[in-house]
Amino acid sequence: MNDSSQMETTCASSPPGSVKEPVKSRRFGLAFWLTFAISMATWMVLSGLFDVFHLTLGVIGCAIVADLNARAMWPDVKLGHTLRQWRRFVAYVPWLLWQVWLANLHLLRLTFHPRMMQLINPRIVSFKSRIHNQMGMFILANSITLTPGTVTVFASVMGRFTVHAIDDASARALPGEMEDRVAKIFED
Amino acid sequence: MLDILVTLLLILGLVFFLGGSIGILRYPDFYSRLHPAGKLDSLGLLLTMSAMALYTVGQWNLGAVLAAVKIMLIVVFVFITSPTATHAIVDAGVRAGMRPWTRSKEGSEHDLAA
Repeated sequence: MNDSSQMETTCASSPPGSVKEPVKSRRFGLAFWLTFAISMATWMVLSGLFDVFHLTLGVIGCAIVADLNARAMWPDVKLGHTLRQWRRFVAYVPWLLWQVWLANLHLLRLTFHPRMMQLINPRIVSFKSRIHNQMGMFILANSITLTPGTVTVFASVMGRFTVHAIDDASARALPGEMEDRVAKIFED
Repeated sequence: MLDILVTLLLILGLVFFLGGSIGILRYPDFYSRLHPAGKLDSLGLLLTMSAMALYTVGQWNLGAVLAAVKIMLIVVFVFITSPTATHAIVDAGVRAGMRPWTRSKEGSEHDLAA
């Protein structure tokens, strides 16, 4: 729904005399500068050359890339809102890494255990998530795959997650704390 | 001192890689084999790449720091793409109609298509 309305505003902005153009789809708006800054930073790290020639090439290239992609990447960007989400996501990453560490120790113990076949109990579980934001669902699905004995099999647009769990402890932990934390990133 | 830390991180990372390879051989079916393949590998990569980045940063000049940032970018991209790839492989298995291995041999309690 959101995508199609965005498409209309983008198309409507192409004729020169359009008056009712919304602020968010301006050609050199916030979305453009965010994309430009990120791709320019990546350019400088990857090239490692800071002379005038290479920086000019970078500015030209990043401007073209940002102009082509900015409005597709950020359909509706508001500075405070977006920065708040990024800050919360950065705060989520250390917790995720700690969970990845715990999950790996658990799985490593299972893998090297002589009676592994008695310890594991693979099953498919499914649950309904209250996250409807697409980015949130993507982060939750990937986080589930990275952590405690669980692999996301299927995530529907309606928020239904199907997960393969390797043992009882992993299946019990779903959806649990991880969903709360991901939901917290995207709440307003 | 730095060398000791780097060596420890490398060995720890290789243990996780080894666990991943052994896990792929030991687990009973397609779906459970993806657990070691998708998870132990990503942590093994994080540990070995951190060791490489630390070793590079030890020289402490601009080129070395940039190289270390590039190495850590590899980890960032793998942490995004590895779960996505695992998900695509699982999805292919479901579409091909594979039933997950269970202890009870009665099939899973939920239908896959739900």
